[in-house]
Amino acid sequence: MTATSPGDHAPRMIDQIDQEFGKAERKRRLYTALFIAATLFVMVGGFGIAEDMNSGSFIGGLHKFFDYPANIVAESFEAGWGWYPLLLHFAPALIETVNMAAVGTILGGVLALVLAFCSTRGLGVWPPLIPICRRFMDGARAFPELILALFLIFVLGASPVPAIIAVAFHTAGALGKQFSEVNENIDRGPLDGLAAAGANWTQRMRYGVLPQVLPNYTSYLLMRFEINIRASAILGFVGAGGIGQELRKAIGWTQGAETSALFVLLFLAIVAIDQISSTLRRRLTGDGVGHV
Amino acid sequence: MLDFKSVSKRFGSVTAVDRVTLRVEEGEMLGIIGRSGAGKSTLLKMTNRLSDPTSGEIAYGGRSVSALKGKDLLAWRRDCAMIFQQFNLVPRLDVLTNVMLGRLNGLGTLKSVFKLFSDEDRRDALRALDRLDIAQTALQQAGTLSGGQQQRVAIARALVQRPRIILADEPIASLDPLNAKLVMDALQRINREEGLTVICNLHTLDTARQYCRRIVGMRKGALVFEGAPEDLTKDAARDIYGAGEEFDEATTSTSLGSSPGADAAASGTAAVPAESERPRVVGL
Ligand SMILES: Nc1ncnc2c1ncn2[C@@H]1O[C@H](COP(=O)(O)OP(=O)(O)OP(=O)(O)O)[C@@H](O)[C@H]1O
Ligand SMILES: [Mg+2]
Repeated sequence: MTATSPGDHAPRMIDQIDQEFGKAERKRRLYTALFIAATLFVMVGGFGIAEDMNSGSFIGGLHKFFDYPANIVAESFEAGWGWYPLLLHFAPALIETVNMAAVGTILGGVLALVLAFCSTRGLGVWPPLIPICRRFMDGARAFPELILALFLIFVLGASPVPAIIAVAFHTAGALGKQFSEVNENIDRGPLDGLAAAGANWTQRMRYGVLPQVLPNYTSYLLMRFEINIRASAILGFVGAGGIGQELRKAIGWTQGAETSALFVLLFLAIVAIDQISSTLRRRLTGDGVGHV
Repeated sequence: MLDFKSVSKRFGSVTAVDRVTLRVEEGEMLGIIGRSGAGKSTLLKMTNRLSDPTSGEIAYGGRSVSALKGKDLLAWRRDCAMIFQQFNLVPRLDVLTNVMLGRLNGLGTLKSVFKLFSDEDRRDALRALDRLDIAQTALQQAGTLSGGQQQRVAIARALVQRPRIILADEPIASLDPLNAKLVMDALQRINREEGLTVICNLHTLDTARQYCRRIVGMRKGALVFEGAPEDLTKDAARDIYGAGEEFDEATTSTSLGSSPGADAAASGTAAVPAESERPRVVGL
């Protein structure tokens, strides 16, 4: 909208803009190169460490890898009709895992919401708060749930609580980042309109931002819920309860039928939840009147 | 009475508004014209403090607007409703809610979080929509309305703000001629019937002449013209737009039905051929 006739700008200004742009572009390329180099370094290093730690070589141990599933399948067939009640038997464990994931996702989601609003530029938050929140989210995201859960289980004892805290913490970082990206891409028009009507900060966020971002927020939240179900199952292995813990017992005691029942249960649950959430997500991001 | 006292605004090395001194009387309908980048929008935004002047002062009724803070600032913004070129409604919300948003300033934060507007707010919003002939769209999603309808929703929202001043920033720039006329007529009616002061940025000379009793021209941030519609001659316009002999008034026209004033001043201005191909709504 600010078209100016040619010659309005001194050539000097165009040069300056060109230079600034070039500088930014070089920096971007340098960072990309550094990033690729770092990624390669970590990958190569990781392989080396894994190779050293395995007593045999990776290829050498490969045949043992297939013995185990064969064993599980055989034992499941031996169980016959007795296999099916196992699904029911382990259902409470599955529910516990889903619960851990749900509570962790909701707690983390609330924290993410606050963090996202406090880390988005141009929404009128106290500026020093922005980098603080961003660094906090980076930290929370960088901590894998497993490490945090191990530490918390050590401190608080084995129960679902450490797992929930671990999941919530990681979720706050991961979702907060995604939420704040959504915030940054909003149309600022409604915000101006509300400001001009004398709306205060909360009101501007409520009506100028929320209706725009809520569909995407929900979509990300559902996605994170799916991820967290897997994470909670894994955390069960380190003593957080739920289906993971049952699975570890079954595997540890080489109970083939129980192991396969747990795998099937987990698989079915994940497929079902993925289906439901992707249907919901598709519906949310489509255009409809947002009654928010 | 709104007083601009040597108001300036700088963005880095750009002087967007340059020592503007201007007095706007109560109940006046003032047009501001000038080419793109002249500082029209910046001047309006400083009026309701969406932006702050670098120097100078703006006063309303003898009280400085520049010093307002917190609740007083929000109340001042409610007092001068703003109409934007891009409407700036909340597209995903229905029209009625959008209009009621004009009442946020009087509504508590907690109530507004749960969208608890009063029955009176709703009735007023509907009445405002009815005045603008778009009450039938009340339950539609605002984003699905046509531009002209959206702008009238924005005017309805401005009305329920119960403002003293309406600041309109190129309210018809993205509308077709028919809708442009509807919107300008609505603003004019509000100005006449309610006695509200209307300050309107326009980039079409004929619209300014037709609707505004006083017109000021801005060029590179400074006021370079002030006068009645009939004072805005071709030469005056050329000066405001900083153009040479090639200046053709038709290039600033929205092809609204022309007013007597426009006829007088625009006489001798042959429309360029491309202009005649644009939709023309005459005699509305
Ligand atoms: N937020 C901002 N940051 C930097 N420069 C700005 C900003 N807002 C406006 N400007 C500059 O100030 C000058 C005046 O802008 P303004 O938007 O007030 O012009 P305008 O008369 O409204 O133009 P238009 O008819 O295109 O809307 C322009 O040169 C513009 O680039
Ligand atoms: Mg403008």
